[in-house]
Amino acid sequence: MKLNSKAAPVSFQNVTKIYGRDVLAVDKVNLEIEAGKLVTLLGPSGCGKTTTLRMIAGLEMATSGRILIGDADVTTLPATDRDVSMVFQSYALFPHMTVLENVSYGLSFSGFSKSETRERALVGLDLVGLKGFDARLPSELSGGQQQRVAVARALVLEPQVLLFDEPLSNLDAKLRRQVREDIRAIQQDLGLTVVYVTHDQEEALAVSDEIVVMRNAAIAQIGTPRQLYDAPVDRFVADFIGEANLLPCTIESVSGDQATIAIEDYRYSLASRGLSEGPASMAVRPSRLVIGAPQGFSATVAKATYVGVRMEYTLEASFGSMFAVQDDVDQPLAVGTDVTVGFAEKGPVLLPEG
Amino acid sequence: MRNTTNTKTSHPALIFWIIAGWVGFLLLPWYGVEDGILSFEWLFDGYPFDDDYAPAAFLIGQGEKLWLAPLVLPLALSVLALGRPKSDPLFAKILILSGALGFGWLVAQGFGIGIRGFNFEWLKALFGELGDRQFGMGLGAMVVATAVLFIFTQGIAARGAINGDVFVVSAIGGVIVIVTTFVFFPIAKMLLAAFVTEEGAYSVSVFAAKFFDDRLWGLGCLSGGRCGVAWNSLFLAVLVGVLTTILGLVFALVVTRSGFRYKRALRALTVLPIITPPFVIGLALILLFGLSGSVTQFVSELFGVQPTRWLYGLPGILIAQVLAFTPIAFLVLIGVVEGVSPSMEEAAQTLRANKWQTFRTVSLPLMRPGLANAFLLGFIESMADFGNPLVLGGNYDVLSTEIFFAIVGAQYDQGRAAVLAMVLLFFTLSAFYAQRAWLGKKSYTTVSGKGDAGVHPLMPNGLAIPVFVMAGLWGLFTIVVYTMILYGSVVELWGVNNTLTFKHYVTAFSVRIEDSGIRWTGAAWDSFWTTIYIAAAAAPLTAVVGLITAYLLTRQTFAGKNAFEFGTMLSFAIPGTVIGVSYILAFNVPPIEITGTGLILIISFIFRNMPVGVRAGIASMSQLDKSLDESSLTLGANSWQTFRKVILPLLRPAILAALVYSFVRAMTAISAVIFLVSAEYDMATSYIIGRVENNDYGLAIAYSTTLIFVMLSVVGVMQLIVGRTEIGRRMSQSRTNV
Repeated sequence: MKLNSKAAPVSFQNVTKIYGRDVLAVDKVNLEIEAGKLVTLLGPSGCGKTTTLRMIAGLEMATSGRILIGDADVTTLPATDRDVSMVFQSYALFPHMTVLENVSYGLSFSGFSKSETRERALVGLDLVGLKGFDARLPSELSGGQQQRVAVARALVLEPQVLLFDEPLSNLDAKLRRQVREDIRAIQQDLGLTVVYVTHDQEEALAVSDEIVVMRNAAIAQIGTPRQLYDAPVDRFVADFIGEANLLPCTIESVSGDQATIAIEDYRYSLASRGLSEGPASMAVRPSRLVIGAPQGFSATVAKATYVGVRMEYTLEASFGSMFAVQDDVDQPLAVGTDVTVGFAEKGPVLLPEG
Repeated sequence: MRNTTNTKTSHPALIFWIIAGWVGFLLLPWYGVEDGILSFEWLFDGYPFDDDYAPAAFLIGQGEKLWLAPLVLPLALSVLALGRPKSDPLFAKILILSGALGFGWLVAQGFGIGIRGFNFEWLKALFGELGDRQFGMGLGAMVVATAVLFIFTQGIAARGAINGDVFVVSAIGGVIVIVTTFVFFPIAKMLLAAFVTEEGAYSVSVFAAKFFDDRLWGLGCLSGGRCGVAWNSLFLAVLVGVLTTILGLVFALVVTRSGFRYKRALRALTVLPIITPPFVIGLALILLFGLSGSVTQFVSELFGVQPTRWLYGLPGILIAQVLAFTPIAFLVLIGVVEGVSPSMEEAAQTLRANKWQTFRTVSLPLMRPGLANAFLLGFIESMADFGNPLVLGGNYDVLSTEIFFAIVGAQYDQGRAAVLAMVLLFFTLSAFYAQRAWLGKKSYTTVSGKGDAGVHPLMPNGLAIPVFVMAGLWGLFTIVVYTMILYGSVVELWGVNNTLTFKHYVTAFSVRIEDSGIRWTGAAWDSFWTTIYIAAAAAPLTAVVGLITAYLLTRQTFAGKNAFEFGTMLSFAIPGTVIGVSYILAFNVPPIEITGTGLILIISFIFRNMPVGVRAGIASMSQLDKSLDESSLTLGANSWQTFRKVILPLLRPAILAALVYSFVRAMTAISAVIFLVSAEYDMATSYIIGRVENNDYGLAIAYSTTLIFVMLSVVGVMQLIVGRTEIGRRMSQSRTNV
């Protein structure tokens, strides 16, 4: 027997959630999640990402707007009646039930016969690599194993949408990479629709087909990991996804979709992203700053740190300071050295929304 | 590094206890002074040469009580330790030797020699007739005992036990000694008393005769007669336990799982049992359903039926106890019901369980520890309850009242009282054990506590409707009962003369202002002030013992910790009636002779209420991260300083709660008190019971009402104080982490 997927798309149409009288948790969000994709809701705490997730689960009801799963409007449907299951941050394993009872729990309410319930639960445990653990109590498992039980418990129901609420936050750093790869592998093997909440940008970049960055109850940007990393729309996204230096510059001329910018005497050409001439700001990743380039603006090394695989420099220029990394660890630059700093090809990006 | 600490030769705590030991031996009166510990009359009355007041040294100097002389040895030995560095192995050896010798000898001579000379035949055989005697320990003996005990614990600490921590070792030693003295010793003494014949010899057949008495285990009620008291008590206690648990759960569900608007009012209900003397409910029921009760009269006029005495017996006791103890079950269950992690229930819902299935398969099983606890509390409270059966019992005898009549009644049969108390203790301990067994090894707590957000779902409709009906009816009944108490206190003579009057209050609490000051002329003042005085003395001591025990249990690890915990929590399962009986049996004779004093009341309150202090302390201490202690320790504080400067300030709310709780409990307690009061130290509750026995209901109810209001104001003031105590720790985050 094999577990199947009934993956379905999720659609948010103008969804708003207000707690109490005036605490705005989610503000007129529109969101389309394709079937079979892993979509991450990413943002700082209090941005509305968990509320969004809980509205998909049916644990919170939208104040206004419509939520669709597949073709069905589920806006007013309670959690019990939605074909969605969720892996909780605390795992929420039932401590008074064995592993097998936990995994069978949802199946027993889904109209399966006793033997089929058991069979499916065992397949689920097998899938997450916990064969033979069925008689244990959750308290007899390690954190990582508990987490896998929680995943198995949600998977065996073959839900239309599978939800993860910060699934890695209770694991230690070494396990995180392993577990997130496992989750991604299962998702791709079964073709599940997964919505995944996290506040860790690296985790989001690693697992997602698509990332929804949220800020202050609204969506800041939606895109693939690469789009978000290489072309953030604004300061917030640029800074939240990976590290970025935000530099002031002047757009001297725009021709077609290419713009030429100037920083001091340094000229550089890049995508205009709809901006016109005048002062602007741009984001540059630390690895895209080239120290000692033939052309560039001048700066001084203010700090130099050796971190093993590379050197990290803090550079001081006339318009502000920035952070750069260099792979050459054998000939480090001394503090106080004057250098010329240029941009790598395809490095910097203009921020359309400031 | 601070090498100095290792070689330092002055030990302030040690010097203090050595000096205390010598002071106790040389200066303080060795034997108990009649007027109590706090009177200093002895200073002016023949001290230091009069036999009654002389310190041990003077007694020996006059050639009396020579068996006290060997105590000089350990006291002198301990001085040798001074001036030695702590790391010197001899230092520890000297202290342990002197402490053990001193304490051992004190105990041995205390038990060996009593008011009739040698206590044991073999001692007489060995040494011949003593020709002298001794009375109960006094101030001097107590100080010496304490001093040698702590000298001993310092020796143990110096040997490296518990990282050589003097404070912790001393605290453990102190708690073990006082719990042994005031919990285990009296219980053991009581068990022995069950085997004593009238001639004072020990005999199993005496025990068997009393134990297998038909009055205890008879099964006559199955064939229309009367059952033994043991069955009566057991049946009643099980009923009360089940009913209070169900009702408590109902109220807890209303408060946590419904949209009910007046939850605060319901929570206020939990205060009621704490501030109400237990038998007051019984009185109110008599006013309602007794022969001349208002409901009885109303019904008999309406239907023309003859009023009956149906209330007296099982129905009355049952109703009164369920009324009185439901709030306790509620108090226990509300924490448990709230404690079920919302994400458990949410998880069940996302796993396709509907509300009813969620409640049945997840919420209810997770509440099992709470249900077991609530049942156990109801069971024990019912077993121990003395007031209601006395007031409402009629022909339905239960163990607690039988014990009382065996001791104070015409039969005066200590052995029978001891046997009855043993049966009572056996029942409560079995319940205690059964609870543990039922809960088993399964875990009921969330495995990884972090990140629980969300809200409890509402009850399923099929459950909500019966729950609301039950809660509503019972709430209404409670209100009626309490109104009756208030109203009953201002009625001339209930059911006969219903004119309103303040007569009862005047009789109890009148004052006259004269030139010489206020004269408390009311009949109740004596017992009222005694109660306040005793309760106020017991409260801080209870809090101290409770918190130190909690500190040891949560913060320290030591060999035998589990046994230690069991021992301190055991007195929770010992009914007050049993404590009362065992105290008279144990503390009526030397070496500890304190019956009839205020001290015995204070001590009984400390050990009756200690488990509550311990629980409160454990609950709040386990919320304080252990790294707080450790950082304090690494900053150079020792564990006593850490306890005082870090733990105590953070525990202020818990301390206040423990203080008020033990104060109020001391004012409402009756089951143990009734055995321990004396003419001089009468307590409010036993005074009221006395009035009830004389059919003086008006005064009794007026006095009870006054007590309720006094305690209500105490609780209110404490709420105000605690409400303002913010420790600057985030207590709860917003509803969900949006």
